[in-house]
This record gives sequence, C-alpha cells and structure tokens, in this order.
Amino acid sequence: MVAARKNRDQPWLMRTYSGHSSAKASNTLYRTNLAKGQTGLSVAFDLPTQTGYDADSPLAKGEVGKVGVPISHIEDMDQLFDQIPLDQMNTSMTINATAAWLLSLYIGLAQRRGIDPTRLSGTTQNDIIKEYLSRGTYIYPPGASMRLIADTINYTVKHVPKWNPTNICSYHLQEAGATPVQELAYALCTAMAVLDRVKASGEIKPEAFPQVVERISFFVNAGMRFVEECCKLRAFGEMWDELTLTRYKVEDPRLRRFRYGVQVNSLGLTEAQPENNVQRIVLEMLAVTLSKRARARAIQLPAWNEAMGLPRPWDQQWALRMQQVMAFETDLLEYEDIFDGSPVIAAKVKALIEGAKREIENVEAQGGIIAAIESGYVKRELVGSHMNRLRAIESGDLKIIGVNCFQETAESPLTVGSDGGIMKTDPAAEREQIERLQAHRRSRNDSEVRAALQGLTDAAKSGENIMPSSIRCALAGVSTGEWGDSLRGVFGEFRPPTGIDIAIDSREVLGKKDQVTDLRERVANTGNALGRPLKLLVGKPGLDGHSNGAEQISVKARDVGFEVVYDGIRLTPQQIAQAAQEEGVHVVGLSILSGSHMELVESVLQELRLRDLASVPVIAGGIIPREDAERLMALGVRAVYTPKDFSLNAIMGDIVDVIRECNGLDRIGLLH
Amino acid sequence: MTSPTLPDPEQLAARILRGERAAVASGLNLLDNKLAEARNRSARLLAALSGERWLSRGHLIGVTGPPGAGKSSLVSAMIREWRLSGKTVGVLAVDPSSRPELGGGALLGDRIRIKNSSHDEGLFIRSLASRNQLGGVATEVWPMSWLMLACFDIVIIETVGVGQTEIDIAEIGDTVCYVAQPASGDTIQYLKSGIIEIPDIFAVNKCDLGAPARKTASEIGRSAPRHDRRENWDYPVCLVSATMNTGIRQLQEHCERHREFLANAGLLGKLRTRHQSAWVVRLLKEEFGTFGLELAGGRAVVGERLRENPSSQFAEYERLRQHILSRFMSVNQPSSLTKKEHLDEQTIV
Repeated sequence: MVAARKNRDQPWLMRTYSGHSSAKASNTLYRTNLAKGQTGLSVAFDLPTQTGYDADSPLAKGEVGKVGVPISHIEDMDQLFDQIPLDQMNTSMTINATAAWLLSLYIGLAQRRGIDPTRLSGTTQNDIIKEYLSRGTYIYPPGASMRLIADTINYTVKHVPKWNPTNICSYHLQEAGATPVQELAYALCTAMAVLDRVKASGEIKPEAFPQVVERISFFVNAGMRFVEECCKLRAFGEMWDELTLTRYKVEDPRLRRFRYGVQVNSLGLTEAQPENNVQRIVLEMLAVTLSKRARARAIQLPAWNEAMGLPRPWDQQWALRMQQVMAFETDLLEYEDIFDGSPVIAAKVKALIEGAKREIENVEAQGGIIAAIESGYVKRELVGSHMNRLRAIESGDLKIIGVNCFQETAESPLTVGSDGGIMKTDPAAEREQIERLQAHRRSRNDSEVRAALQGLTDAAKSGENIMPSSIRCALAGVSTGEWGDSLRGVFGEFRPPTGIDIAIDSREVLGKKDQVTDLRERVANTGNALGRPLKLLVGKPGLDGHSNGAEQISVKARDVGFEVVYDGIRLTPQQIAQAAQEEGVHVVGLSILSGSHMELVESVLQELRLRDLASVPVIAGGIIPREDAERLMALGVRAVYTPKDFSLNAIMGDIVDVIRECNGLDRIGLLH
Repeated sequence: MTSPTLPDPEQLAARILRGERAAVASGLNLLDNKLAEARNRSARLLAALSGERWLSRGHLIGVTGPPGAGKSSLVSAMIREWRLSGKTVGVLAVDPSSRPELGGGALLGDRIRIKNSSHDEGLFIRSLASRNQLGGVATEVWPMSWLMLACFDIVIIETVGVGQTEIDIAEIGDTVCYVAQPASGDTIQYLKSGIIEIPDIFAVNKCDLGAPARKTASEIGRSAPRHDRRENWDYPVCLVSATMNTGIRQLQEHCERHREFLANAGLLGKLRTRHQSAWVVRLLKEEFGTFGLELAGGRAVVGERLRENPSSQFAEYERLRQHILSRFMSVNQPSSLTKKEHLDEQTIV
C-alpha cells in the first residue's frame, strides 16, 4: 500500500447538525462529537427559539427541545458552550428569523467570558428569504427581514470580521422541489437582494464593500444525481465570480470565491429499507467533494435514519465517519481539479448557467426576488417542480430503491432494537426548560431588562442597527420570546402566499390516470351519499413550518375532487378545532414533522371533543415512528401516513374510506 | 345505509338566534346538504329563522373584485376594525371549483388570508367552493348568508369577480363593494364591461403605490353615467391600503352610510325581498327548468306570490318546489330521466 502524499489539501470542516432536549444535554453531545474528530459545531435550535417564542408560550407547547436545543437566554447559551472555548471553535447556527438575537447571545457570552468578538468564527444561516419558500420559520414581513439580515452583516463586517453573517440557502429550495436551475437562480437572486440592501443602507464605505461580498457564503444541497450536482456547484462558482465582478466591482478574485457549506439531500432519504440511505449519503457527498474547484468548505451529513426520527449519537458518529473515510483514507485530496478540461462537464455547466441566467432575468423583470416571493411566483414554481417529482415517483419514472422498486427486504437488524433505531427526546425537557426560564426571570434585574428592551424597540423603530441593542438585551438577561415580541410589536407578523393556488395545468394530474378517475368517482359518490361534497381541512399545528407535504396533499385532494380548506402553518390546536367547526369539514388532516406529534395531536383531539366534533375523523402525516403511530391510533386518530406512503393516490383512497367508515358507509378498499 | 342524524330544525334555529357557534356550523352544514330529508329540514330551519325582523336586521356586504386585488387582506383589515368596535362578523368566502370533468375539487385559501392570528369567538368564517356555478356564486351562498344574518352584525360575502359574479352578488348583498387593483388591466376591462353600475362602493386598494392608485380611482370616477337600481346614492370611490391599514375606517363609514341610506329610504326590506324572490326563481329554474316554472304559474306569478309574503319566502320556496314536483309526477307520465331522478330521491330518503 502506498502511503498518502504529504502535501494533501486541508479537508473541509466536518460537522454534524445536532442539538436536542436542553442546553446541558446538547453540550454533552457536542463535546462527545468533538472528541470523535468533528472539527466544527452545527447547532440545531428548537422551533420556539427559531420563531422567537419562550418555552412557556402556548404556541411552544410540545415543541420545546424537539428538533433542536432550546435557548431562551444567555445562561442557556453559556451552558450550551460549557467547556468549549469560543475563540477556538467554528460554530454554525441554523437560525434565521432570530439570527440577530442568537448571534447577540453568542457575542454577549464571549464578552462575558473576556473573549474579543473579533476572534469569533462561525456562521449564522440568517437567510430569512428562503424561509418564506421552504422551512417556514419566518416571523416578520420581508422588508423587516431584509433589514435584520443587513444589520447583522453591517455589524459583523466591522466588529466580528471572521463571522459569516449570512448563508444564502439553496439547500431548502431543493427540499421544496427546486430543480438545479431554480436553485442556482433563486439563491443568486437572494444574494443580490441582500447585497443591494446592504449597499443601500450606506453603513459600509464603498471601498470596504468587497469585504462584505467576501463574507457572503452559501448553504447548498446535493442530491442523488451527483454528476449534475457537481456541475451545479461549478456553475455556482462561475456565476458568483462573474456576478461579483460585474455587479459589485470586486477586483480581487480571492474575494469573489464561492464559499459554501453543504448538507446533503434529506428529501431523497427513505423510511423503507433505511440502511440504503448510507450509500445515498456517501454518493451525494461525492458531488461536493470530487471537484476541487467546487469543493465544499464545510460538510454536515444527515444520519441514515433521519426519515424515521431523531438520530442517536451512534448514528451521528456513523455520519461523521463517512466524511473522515472520504477525507483521510482516499487519495481525493492529493489532486488538482479532476474535471478541468472535460467537455462533458463543461457542456453541462454551460447549460445550467444559461438556464439559471434566463430565470434570473425573469425574476429581475418581476422586480427581484422579494417581489417574486410576495406575488407567489417563486412558490408556485417550486410547488410545480415538487409535483413533477412526486408524479415521476408514482409513475416509476424516477426510481427509488426500496420504495417504488425492489421493495422486497429481509427484516433490518438496525431497526429491531428496543429504541426502534431512533432517539427519543427527554420528555421532561419541556417542563425543566420552563422552570429554568421562570427561575431566570425571577433572578434578573427587571429595570435593566426593561431599559434594554426599550432600547431594542427604539432601534427597531428608528432604523438604527439592531445588533448593539440586542447585545445589551442579551447581557441584561432578556429572553428569546421578549426579543421576538418586541420586534413583532414594531414590524408586525407575516403570512406569505402558500403556493397552493398553483398555476400548473390541473389537467395534468398526479399519479396513474385510471386511479385518478377511480378516485374522483369515489369522492363524488361518497359526497352524494353524505349529501354534500367531501371537505377536508389541512393544517399544521405547532411551530414546524415545513409545509411542502401539507401543500402536496392539499393540491392532490383538490385534483381528486375534495373541497380543501388549507389553513397553513403555526396553528394552535384550538384554532384547528375552531376551523374544523366553522368549515364543517368531513375530515381533519394534520401534518407534523417536528416530532411533537404526540402532544399536538392529542390537544387537537381534545379541542375537537370540546366542540362536539369527536365524530370528525382526524388523520396525521409526518415523520412519525411506528410505535408513536400506534399510540396515535389508540388515541383515536384514524390513519397515520409517513414518508413510506409515497403514493398520494393510495393516501387519497384511504382518506375516502376513513370518511365512509366514520359515516356508516362501507369501505371501498385499495385502488387498482 | 345509515345516514347521519340530522338536527331538529326548530331547536337549531333557537340556538342559532342565541349565537351558538356550534349551531351556526351545523345549520350551515344542513343548508349545504342535498339529501331529500335535509332539504325539508333546511326549509324548516330557514322558516324558523324568518320573520319581519329578518328584513331589517344586520348588514349583508358583498366584496368582489379581480384576483390579486387584495380582497382578503382588505376584508381582514375591516374585520379587525369591526371587532374592535364590538361587532360580530360572519364571512362566506367563495373560491372557484375546478371543472366537473377535472374532479370538481377546490382549494379554499381565503380562510388563511382573512383570519387574524388570535383566537376570536366573534368571527366566523365558512369557505365555500363555487361548485358548478360557472364564474358565479354558489347557490348555497344565498340561504347561508341569510342564516348568518340571523346571528352576526355584519355578514361578508367575498368572491372573485369575473363578470357573472358581480351580477350574482348584487342579488344578495345589501351593499356591494368592488375592490380595484391599481394599474391593472382587470379594472379597465371591468370599466368597459358595462357592469359598473352593480357596485355601491369602489375601493382602490394598494393606495400606497401612489399615482397609479389615484389614476385608477379617477378612471372609475369618470366612468359612464349609470342608471342605477338605487337612486340618489353617490357611489363613493375611496383609496385604501390593506397592508398599510389606511382608509379602512372611511371605507367602513361608506358601508354604514349606504346601509343607512337604504334604511332611511325604506329600501332595505324591499331590496332583500326582491333579492330573495330573484333567488327563489333562480333556484326553481335551475332545478326544474322553464317548464317547471310554468307549472308553478310562470315567473311573474311566482315573483308576485313571493313578494306578497316577504317574511316567509323559504317556506314559500319549499311549497313551490313540492307543488312543481307533484305536478311533474301527476300530470306527466314520467319519462325515463325524471323517473330515475325521482327514484334517486326515494332511495336517498
């Protein structure tokens, strides 16, 4: 065996997206991961923290510590980084609407520990624009969100120069269905909107503007079509280089480099035969590592069991080891770019660039990305692309091993353990976090808190940079909910277009045609038998904003003849029950991906009973482990759909049967 | 087959008059139900809710306009004001259905656009699909809006305006408000289409755009002279912005002023009676055709009979239906088609 060459390239930063239950539990996990050779941290925050609510807010019920760590105030931040030297760590925070706040807590903590903020390095995701299109953790209207992004950039460029204040995300666009061309176009449009906004703020001198451009980094996705994905990243690099030179006159080529971090695709991970996800993840990683010219700066890989629930420490270790094997065992890092000069790659890159430029022109002609989001255009395009993908899966044109082909499998030893192959969050976490928060509120100096919040409100109103007053709030012990509410008071809250009123040709329906005809008959006949057309309410309780699934179900149900009331995201159980009553629906569909399905579904059922609507069937969909699905059914839920139920036609047929059964009609049974 | 138990109409009516939300919801479900037994009970429900007071109570406001004009946001802003002043509001939000051969389904998205984030017991929203009323207002809107009038201070019917809708909505609303979108072809088309005499109030939304909004307002103001159904009303054209929350109060004052105008001129009861008659005729014609209407004595006679009994039109409607049905069955040897329909009625019962 030949020994590895000495002058290898430095590997990328290796991270695992993690955080759960509490700051203390997450800190333990971080230190374990670092001991295993992880070189950076990637903090996952829970939904109340991401959407600016305190753990004891009614909307936070069931969500505390579920999809990430709850950070309610500076003491939580201190505990999260206990024994972790902030000046030596590279910390990435997946935080958007409240990014300015979490960054303030981080800076405030550094100050308290006597660390000069200029030595801090890391990234705040802080791309609130894509939150309106996917993911859904926006709070404020687009104008205010742009201002918050610009404020953090303006502040960090001067005071925390090694920080990446924003990570423009094409990642979530792909999760929402974007094609590579759409990813390129919308991410670059967003970057332009951000840079234009910073420029217009006038806080940065023109000669310092190239430093702002340099600090803009990206967060991308890599799917299974790894050759195309590799070309997409080369296209990103070329387009960014050109754009920053021509539009922003950045002369130094080093400042024009396309810097990106990556999390490979989660959309394509399957619940069926989940072990196959391991090879999917490795192949996806090739796209962002093979080409030196377009190699990622930081990589975080999902765990094999992400479609089933929360990964355990061992699952995260496995994901980390994939990166380490790639970086340290292979000869990948010994070569210059291996694709330079390939006519096949060059042609594909050129085609992607041409397509993306056309779409960029299209968006610019509509007044830029913000206008195109506000008009609903971008969301419609994404929902359309996502439908095309689902259609291809149902028809079998897009093959997914173990899902729509090669379904035969032996029982997996990976999932038979008593934990079902996933981790459970600590059920006491929510109560403990609330107690901790309430104790913190009692211990702080109220007049300091009031003064700090007044300063924040004043800054929000006057247009002064939000960061200094936010850091003062952090040091005074202000809570995440108080920060969020103060700005809600000034900026208001935003509800974006849903994209379900899509303009795509509704004659081209999803799935097998004869099945659709059959379904339409079933829906119509059942409606006639019950006296009125079948009506379905679709809503997302809790704070989880991943609305793609709910939207696809809504569109599909419409196509087979349901009258669908789409009630959107961030609803309390009370609001859902009230909507079910006012709308007189035959069935209520809940979509929950945050892991808080037990608490939320139970509350919805209870609210329905309070309104004498116990007879209205409830169905649930999302990332719901089998064991929980059984418990939900025992509570009275009539059906649970998880990622393994990929056929929307089959789901629709089942919903019709659920309605029939609840109204004393016979089930019709499976579609042919 | 067991059919779900249907509520007792008279008891339900009493609960609706007390403003019980659950009763309002099940009343609306009943009115939507096409089974024969449900139709009987619907007629009894509406009869139990009727009466003289019905001709003067509440305010029924139709809001229409082209897609994208911001109707839902505007309605939402108005609701906020009404709720602040303590008025209860019921909303019927109508969205289009896809064509029957495409499944006839509908995505009802107005609820998410209208509602405020907080829980509110004084606001009730029911979304409706336009069903097969091509471009028009679902027939269910008529009885449903009248049910809502029995228990809410303000009842709003929101529809997308595409020609026929304005005509339909003018046959329901006491006040019709047209929401115009600045600098859009829709409004120009609308001005040309000759149905500009339908609305009572024009609201040009998005006035924060400035000049284009003012231009649209003046175009509407200068439009052709109208021979109106409601004389001596001065058609206000107001500039509003739902997102900036400007002009909302003034728009509401125009609505209130219009209702006062109708009431003072003694037109409100007459208008509602006329609207009801028109809908009864329309429904009968839809169900039985011109021939069926002839069996009941013809359009003029039916209209006359309804006007004579302004406070019990629903009962009258059901009597006319039964009358036509019995004439169909006794006078004619049933053709295979009517026989089949008749059988369907029987099996459904």
